[in-house]
Amino acid sequence: MSEGIYLDNNATTMVSPEVVQAMLPFFTEQFGNPSSIHQFGNKVGLAIKAARKQVQKLLGAEHDSEIVFTSCGTESDSTAILSALKAQPERKEIITTVVEHPAILTLCENLEKDGYTVHYLKVDGKGRLDLDAYAKLLTDNVAIVSAMWANNESGTYFPVVEMAEMANAAGVMFHTDAVQAVGKIPMSLKDTKIDMLSVSGHKLHAPKGIGVLYLRRGTRFRPLLRGGHQERGRRAGTENAASIVALGKAAEMAFEHMEHENICVRAMRDRLKEGLLAAIPNCFVTGDPDNCLPNTLNIAFEYIEGEAILLMLNKQGIAASSGSACTSGSLEPSHVMRAMGIPYTAAHGTIRFSLSRYNNMPEIEKVIAAVPPIIAQLRKLSPYWDNVNNAPLEEPEKAFAPAYA
Amino acid sequence: MWDYSEKVQDHFFKPRNAGAVANANATGDVGSLSCGDALRLTLKVNPETDIIEDAGFQTFGCGSAVASSSALTEMVKGMTVDQALKISNQDIADYLDGLPPEKMHCSVMGREALQAAVANYRGEEWKDDHEEGALICKCFAVDAVLIEETIRANHLSTVEEVTFYTKAGGGCSACFEGIEEILNKIMLERDEEEVVAPPPEPVKPAKAPLTNLQRMRRIEHTLEAIRPQLQADRGDIELVEVDFDKKIAFVNLSGACSGCQMAAATLGGVQQRVMEDLGEFIRVLPATEMGKF
Repeated sequence: MSEGIYLDNNATTMVSPEVVQAMLPFFTEQFGNPSSIHQFGNKVGLAIKAARKQVQKLLGAEHDSEIVFTSCGTESDSTAILSALKAQPERKEIITTVVEHPAILTLCENLEKDGYTVHYLKVDGKGRLDLDAYAKLLTDNVAIVSAMWANNESGTYFPVVEMAEMANAAGVMFHTDAVQAVGKIPMSLKDTKIDMLSVSGHKLHAPKGIGVLYLRRGTRFRPLLRGGHQERGRRAGTENAASIVALGKAAEMAFEHMEHENICVRAMRDRLKEGLLAAIPNCFVTGDPDNCLPNTLNIAFEYIEGEAILLMLNKQGIAASSGSACTSGSLEPSHVMRAMGIPYTAAHGTIRFSLSRYNNMPEIEKVIAAVPPIIAQLRKLSPYWDNVNNAPLEEPEKAFAPAYA
Repeated sequence: MWDYSEKVQDHFFKPRNAGAVANANATGDVGSLSCGDALRLTLKVNPETDIIEDAGFQTFGCGSAVASSSALTEMVKGMTVDQALKISNQDIADYLDGLPPEKMHCSVMGREALQAAVANYRGEEWKDDHEEGALICKCFAVDAVLIEETIRANHLSTVEEVTFYTKAGGGCSACFEGIEEILNKIMLERDEEEVVAPPPEPVKPAKAPLTNLQRMRRIEHTLEAIRPQLQADRGDIELVEVDFDKKIAFVNLSGACSGCQMAAATLGGVQQRVMEDLGEFIRVLPATEMGKF
């Protein structure tokens, strides 16, 4: 394996060298507690203030006080939903979607056990919502709507700006898990009705362990962690100064590279899509390719299994991820793929390639050359594949119908 | 990434006996499409001696599924059918120097494919007697079906007992919630009290709805209560109109409030108070916006 080609940026990203540089002093000479009055603390406090401004700019928030630093996207998600429930105890319903990240879904399933009613909006074959069905659910009983800005697996956008308008008009709070969207597409939250939004640092070239909850001014709020006055009492716990500074720098860089992301990264992604689809039979793009993140490509390779593909890719130094059951150790393939009605024979073979500005076109060409032989090799092993004609068996699901074991 | 042994990796990247055996006289198709592993095992058995002369596999599945299939074909070649039937899933896993707990079902699939193929060779019908549930305890690889069956068979009622009988929950404690859930389900069936407290009462019964006149009075009442604060800042507020269909109350901000930069924030606070007193959602907007609705 040489350097390796990293196409798994929706899982996590490389920390930018500039970001590492920015955070290093906060492990050594800048060790003060930002709450302290002396010069050791004060400098750190000022650095956090600057970072808050940088994040504010990336999100297009109206006030920097709307930025609350947390430990990760999951914490932001939990804070948002639990806050909405606690601040409005008379409201016992939540609206979300079937394709949310486990950070939302697992929490909602748990809340159902506590007596809350959760409405899960379904998606169509391309991963799109039915807004009429959504409108019907917006009542005085709903405490909060939580819908992701962009799906982590398919990259497909939900119309969150429009959905937030609808929620606002009905007097319902709106939260969006935007961990995949922030830094990849321009945002101006001050022009939207979004009340809360979750950010995860490590998805935009900051380190792991830092996140943000955007909290629109005036939104009723109850903290998840109580204790000190940090983050104006909205998130107690001594600030993770080095990582906050890092996220500030990463936000600044993401803002500067916004055009690059949407032109160059998109062009690489499009080339990858076109190259793979042209070279490989029986595969298709999942989600809504015309309405999706510029960096994400999710392809279903039929009649083979994703983990096997990943192991072979990994041997050639190519990193991606899969929606198969086996990669996660669960008994079902990705809930996102199943929600879109993708059959099992394809859902287990979905591979997500997610790019970043640190990729380049020669890498993409290498991947386009590497993938087809891997797919062909695994299909040779597949009981669904006719090796004589090099095509799927006729009526594959009838030709091979195993007994459940 | 899974922690696969060298041997698993070797059998995955260089599978032995891949593909269907020519002139096979035994075929076993097993697996589950939903969980992403399925296997067709083909054998060529000598009818005189019952010795398996050749074996081949075709697998739709992950790294360990391919490796388990490959290992199985290597193991059975040269054995008699009866010898082969004695192979357990643990034997397959051992042959590969072990499999991660989440992946043990791949070896189970291998053994069952073998049983199915032998049944096919002997002209019998093979029935799957194995049921697999979601993996609950990862420390000791115990699945939901096993836990459920053990609870029923031994009339268990605590997590500790489940751990004692199945080992599940004896490690990192992560699966206590999962075990409790299964316990609760079965104990409810047995008409017993649940282990953990039942969820709190979900929804209060709704109060009788207010008439529009009553609502309007309440809004006025709330505004009256707010006025002294505004008047202290040389401002004032009065109710102009309420549109109950659109759920909007229009107000006039006067005095120092009119044109104040904080007017929007003030109205937000007023709206909050009005909603709390009224017990329903309503927007509070300046009367100047009345024409827009």
